[in-house]
Amino acid sequence: MVSLKELQDTAREELFLAGNSTCAGCGLELALRWAMKALGPKTALVAPASCLNVVVGLWPKTAPNFPFINMAFAASAAAASGLAAAFKAKGWGDMTSLVFAGDGGTTDIGIQGISGAAERNSNILYVCYDNEAYMNTGIQRSSSTPHGARTTTTPFGKQRFKKNLPAIVAAHNVPYVATCCISYPIDLYEKLKKAKDIQGFRYIHILAPCPPGWGFASEDTVRMGKMAVETGFWILYEIENGEFKLSKPSKKYLDPSKRRPIQEYLEIQKRFNTLTEVGLVKWEENIKNAWKYIDLELEIKEKNK
Amino acid sequence: MSQKEQEIKFISGNVAAAYAARSAKVQVISAYPITPQTVVVEKLSEFVDSGDMPAQYIKVESEHSVMASLIGASIAGTRTFSATAGQGLLYMSEMVHWAAGTRLPIVMTIASRGIAPPWNIWADFTDVISQRDAGWLTAFASSHQEIYDGVLMAYKICENEEVLLPMFVAYGGFVLSHTFKPVIIEPDDKLEKFLPPLPDEKGWPHIFIDPERPMMHGNLIMPSGFYYEFRMKIHDEMMKSMHIIKQTALEFEKIFGRSYGNGLIQEYKMDDAEVALINIGGLALQAEQAVDELRQEGYKVGSVKLRHFRPFPTEEIINIAKKVDVIGVVDRDTAFGSPTGGAVSSECKSALHGTGIDTIILPIITGIGGREVSVEQQKEEFKKLIKLKETGELPKDMIHGTLWDGILEVK
Repeated sequence: MVSLKELQDTAREELFLAGNSTCAGCGLELALRWAMKALGPKTALVAPASCLNVVVGLWPKTAPNFPFINMAFAASAAAASGLAAAFKAKGWGDMTSLVFAGDGGTTDIGIQGISGAAERNSNILYVCYDNEAYMNTGIQRSSSTPHGARTTTTPFGKQRFKKNLPAIVAAHNVPYVATCCISYPIDLYEKLKKAKDIQGFRYIHILAPCPPGWGFASEDTVRMGKMAVETGFWILYEIENGEFKLSKPSKKYLDPSKRRPIQEYLEIQKRFNTLTEVGLVKWEENIKNAWKYIDLELEIKEKNK
Repeated sequence: MSQKEQEIKFISGNVAAAYAARSAKVQVISAYPITPQTVVVEKLSEFVDSGDMPAQYIKVESEHSVMASLIGASIAGTRTFSATAGQGLLYMSEMVHWAAGTRLPIVMTIASRGIAPPWNIWADFTDVISQRDAGWLTAFASSHQEIYDGVLMAYKICENEEVLLPMFVAYGGFVLSHTFKPVIIEPDDKLEKFLPPLPDEKGWPHIFIDPERPMMHGNLIMPSGFYYEFRMKIHDEMMKSMHIIKQTALEFEKIFGRSYGNGLIQEYKMDDAEVALINIGGLALQAEQAVDELRQEGYKVGSVKLRHFRPFPTEEIINIAKKVDVIGVVDRDTAFGSPTGGAVSSECKSALHGTGIDTIILPIITGIGGREVSVEQQKEEFKKLIKLKETGELPKDMIHGTLWDGILEVK
């Protein structure tokens, strides 16, 4: 594992520059800054409709110091596949074709294009920064919004649970799938760095807390991401060529007694303030079930040894 | 890949489109199958997978992704190609607009078909006409050879730095896509002269992927910004592309010996004609046969093939109107609620407005959803124009001022 000191020395350069128009405490900004530190300037980023389209700055001002293409909502995976094909046609082997998309552009309107690119094994790196709703248009529910969360289109809390997109992508048998959280930058940096050097379709899903969308103070973004992991709700793992590996920050939460009560995570976010007792039980069950899946993956891995 | 000698191949219109992409040395192809375009994507798969054509072929999961991927590939400066039809074109419509807005010289053939419901897979240009305002140059091919030639000319026109816009080359589903004709496939030395491979740049003058010169494309722009001006430039440069189209047709003729009029329109026996019929696509070629037969009977008729619907050749239409007293304008498409019900006839009428020319335009709609249009029927259309010229009498059974020729009686 790379040390913080080493990171400070090697990844000092910022490719997503200051002066961008993210909200205070934006999780997306942390995700993109760390991702670009890992990927470097020979990266062409495709961004569908999302907060990212706006926070880069209004024309003619712009924060990314690398090639950046704004793209239609459903079109990013395909557009990046086209870039990758052009890089191959032109023999630019050192360029990375990157998508940086929100959860709406990924889990909802973009899912067909992602599935197509994953099945083709297009040579792209697809990153979803997940802030669990359509934040750019003013907090509407997406299929990545968790149970009980209030949004402007679920004013009394969402009934359904969060769609498990990393698992859906993994079912395409792609070379690399990983989950990350902005509160664990070293883990994020290392996964992006690893993904950069893998050929074929790579998918990284980053939890990116959103102060205005979730209803917490802007200085608490990192704390919020840490709690998501510490409660066992957000599990950090990677699947490399089909092999599942629980990431270091999540390892100790294999033991349920080590997990913080989920209530602590929910009660400090305003979006959950209509969550009922029944809803809370559902959350607890849901986390238990998610870990059953992890246990199963680890068992399979053990058997295959 | 290499084509040393000129070859005459007995092929379908779809195969001619695939050969054109091969001859144009296309670098990235993306396509999704749809009747009646399917054979284009099959033939290209054969070319690419056999190693005959060193292109990247992205076999995507939908038409929306077809155009999205070509936009990505074109931004990085590669020559790109696709083919679609009907519903497929409608499904990719968002990206069709995006391609033009990004000013990318993507070329796509359309094996036009009727729009559902009810399902219809036969010749009808409503699909391509529906993308009228997307910012694509729109050409129609009337023969198998013109599909091949039209695609080659399309790249030459679109990649011109004064144009940098995408182009459709449309032809009727089944009538051209699935019928077989001899098509001349040109040799590499001539092709290279007409359409050299793209230089190894990192994109185009206005958009590129270059870490040394990082560029942001397409970010949000306020109403006070240049959005309005960008849009004006698309219109301005599309209009100015008319001279590039003309120049390209001339150059094409010089190198390959085949003439396509002035590029925008192609006249047939118009010099002494008294009435004229304007057609798009295959019906234009068939109308020439009707002209020949009628001329043997002593009628002074002429035919005009409208090769480009976008940009629209207003000057050429005015000049036609100066020559004849009556023009029939045939739409194999529908534009519901428009002044004439057809897109081309509405444009022709609009072209004459304010010119003081009193040539009568008779709007005609025919062949919708692949309904057969015979030479006999076209001869009757000419005769109706002659009657209109001689007596001022409009054909019977006009519907809202348009002759819906060949329509069944609807109760």
